[in-house]
Amino acid sequence: MTTPSSSLPNSLRSGPDERGRFGVFGGRFVAETLMPLVLELEEAYRAAQADPAFREELDYYYRDYVGRPSPLWFAKRLTEELGGAKVYLKREELNHTGSHKLNNVMGQILLARRMGKTRIVAETGAGQHGVATATVCALFGLKCVIYMGATDVERQKPNVFRMHLLGAEVKPVTAGAGTLKDAMNEAMRDWVANVADTYFLVGTVAGPHPYPEMVRDFQSIIGTEVKEQIVRAEGRLPDVIVAAIGGGSNAMGIFHPFLDDEDVRLIGVEAAGLGLDSGKTAASISRGRSGVLHGNRTYLLQDKHGQIEEAHSISAGLDYPGIGPEHSWLNDIGRAEYVGVTDQEALDAFQLLTRTEGIIPALECAHGLAHVMKIAPEMPKDKIIVLNVSGRGDKDIFTVASHLGVNL
Amino acid sequence: MSRIKARFEALKKEGRGALIPYLQAFDPDYETSLELLKAMPAAGADLIEIGVPFSDPSADGPTIQAAALRGLKAGATLGGVLEMVRSFRETDAETPIILMGYLNPIDSYGPAEFCFDAVQAGVDGIIVVDMPTEEADLLDSHAREAGLDIISLVAPTTSRTRLFHVLKDASGFVYYVSITGITGTGSASQAQLEEALPKIREATDLPVAIGFGISTPEQAWTASRIGDAAVVASALIKTMAGTLSEGKATDKTLPAVLEQLMALSAAVRA
Ligand SMILES: Cc1ncc(COP(=O)(O)O)c(C=O)c1O
Repeated sequence: MTTPSSSLPNSLRSGPDERGRFGVFGGRFVAETLMPLVLELEEAYRAAQADPAFREELDYYYRDYVGRPSPLWFAKRLTEELGGAKVYLKREELNHTGSHKLNNVMGQILLARRMGKTRIVAETGAGQHGVATATVCALFGLKCVIYMGATDVERQKPNVFRMHLLGAEVKPVTAGAGTLKDAMNEAMRDWVANVADTYFLVGTVAGPHPYPEMVRDFQSIIGTEVKEQIVRAEGRLPDVIVAAIGGGSNAMGIFHPFLDDEDVRLIGVEAAGLGLDSGKTAASISRGRSGVLHGNRTYLLQDKHGQIEEAHSISAGLDYPGIGPEHSWLNDIGRAEYVGVTDQEALDAFQLLTRTEGIIPALECAHGLAHVMKIAPEMPKDKIIVLNVSGRGDKDIFTVASHLGVNL
Repeated sequence: MSRIKARFEALKKEGRGALIPYLQAFDPDYETSLELLKAMPAAGADLIEIGVPFSDPSADGPTIQAAALRGLKAGATLGGVLEMVRSFRETDAETPIILMGYLNPIDSYGPAEFCFDAVQAGVDGIIVVDMPTEEADLLDSHAREAGLDIISLVAPTTSRTRLFHVLKDASGFVYYVSITGITGTGSASQAQLEEALPKIREATDLPVAIGFGISTPEQAWTASRIGDAAVVASALIKTMAGTLSEGKATDKTLPAVLEQLMALSAAVRA
């Protein structure tokens, strides 16, 4: 939730403006049918923000259901292996359901309940957001429909099965390349068709306003905790924070509380796929340009005629041709940096963390680690890097095995 | 006077509503869709809506999604669609042409350039599905300067207060999305239309076209009476799709679509 200090006029944390914009990015580019719903959602969110009972309820679930706070772990062996800056890991993979996704889902489901909605739809890429959504729907006895690209259904089978167990209906989407973008389109179509009872539970800091702001607020618990934890451990703020970017929610969550701490470098790691210039990438900021999709203006992978291109990444959770609008803005004003990491680099990082720390990371955050592997050795030993370990890698073992030539 | 205004005034004198068929540009190829476009007025089209193919048509159902995909495969671009309209205008100076699509191709083309080029090509109005009133300033001034009508959409979810807000500066005509849903999936009942239309008319003097879910001649007739125009899209595209062989046009393609269009237009004229 937005803290009062974040609305100071000179703060980088005060966005978005009334139109839901971060600089020129963001907005509410939805069909008229949805516009009244989007406005109603914003109103409901403002009311919840102003209600201490909402925050209390959320804190209760964060503590006793999600398992927060998540630890900040000093990765000693990894640090030694890299031979430079100290590397800390924010252990979001320890949350219930195994990723940061539940932070956002918990907040939104409480809001949906306040709004009296009885049916939840969501899009999912890696399936982590789908699992988190199906989980809270089970917890509160709500009907749950998850849209998932057919390609992703194939490469994230364990999560599909989990969603089924949790009582959700998983609808594979065959349009396009059958990945997250297509699932998002289909979820929006469902929402338009079921406006009366349905809440669209967006999984990342994208979509029409107020989603980017709201999801960021719920995920900001990550950065808020890191700030306390690192000061306790080191007596100061970190030098660098690194997070992987799909739509950008785990990154926004860990960045946002640090936006006004200008000495803290913020690095978002996009999936470069087969390479930034391979044409098979998901690096929207590095290789995209401004456009409008899924309700917001942001950097998008698109051709010169404004047709959206298919993204590519080994990681289903990063396989999206866009990025949350606040990141686009942070890039343009130079507050955060965005870099690319390839499929192969992520696979190598995945194995390194597993061997040095006994933590199997999700392929998504393995991208973040791959960048840490590049910068840590170049940094003095008294510097501090915090990496957001956004999820655990159990869901990815089949993908990784097949890349290692192992048949499970 | 704009072609849209002139056409609605003429129809008012005739005492009937308009039929607005929809086709997706470049579906299944440039030539076929241009030929269809050129043949539509004689088959009873009063105004014509041309869908601009987009990779992510999130407000469209399976039928139009597939049409957009075929169009893109055939090389559709916004520039190519304007080219198509230019060619149409060589043989028809009067039938209003409205482009319907999503914002990103226009954004990519450049809003000012697009409005200017569209009017030059002979386009009269545009419907941008994912550009609500709140975001319309992106195109508004350019459109006004160029003389292009931005057609406002209203929906069953649009409240009375919001109707006034949305239709404050509306031009051309108003498009009533008659169901809460995507294209080609359901239809509003006569009773629902009869309840909705007076509320819209309170907020505007512009003609009101009714679209989404109109497929039969009876539905077209009803909508053109309760509103001022009936838009038929998915039903025509479904017919076209049924004539294709491996995604390509056949000699049945044009006759089948035009025959259906004639039946619809006969109903609207009855
Ligand atoms: C573990 C994990 N990390 C990161 C992401 C990427 O999403 P975001 O950029 O919104 O954090 C996902 C998405 O599925 C994920 O499952």
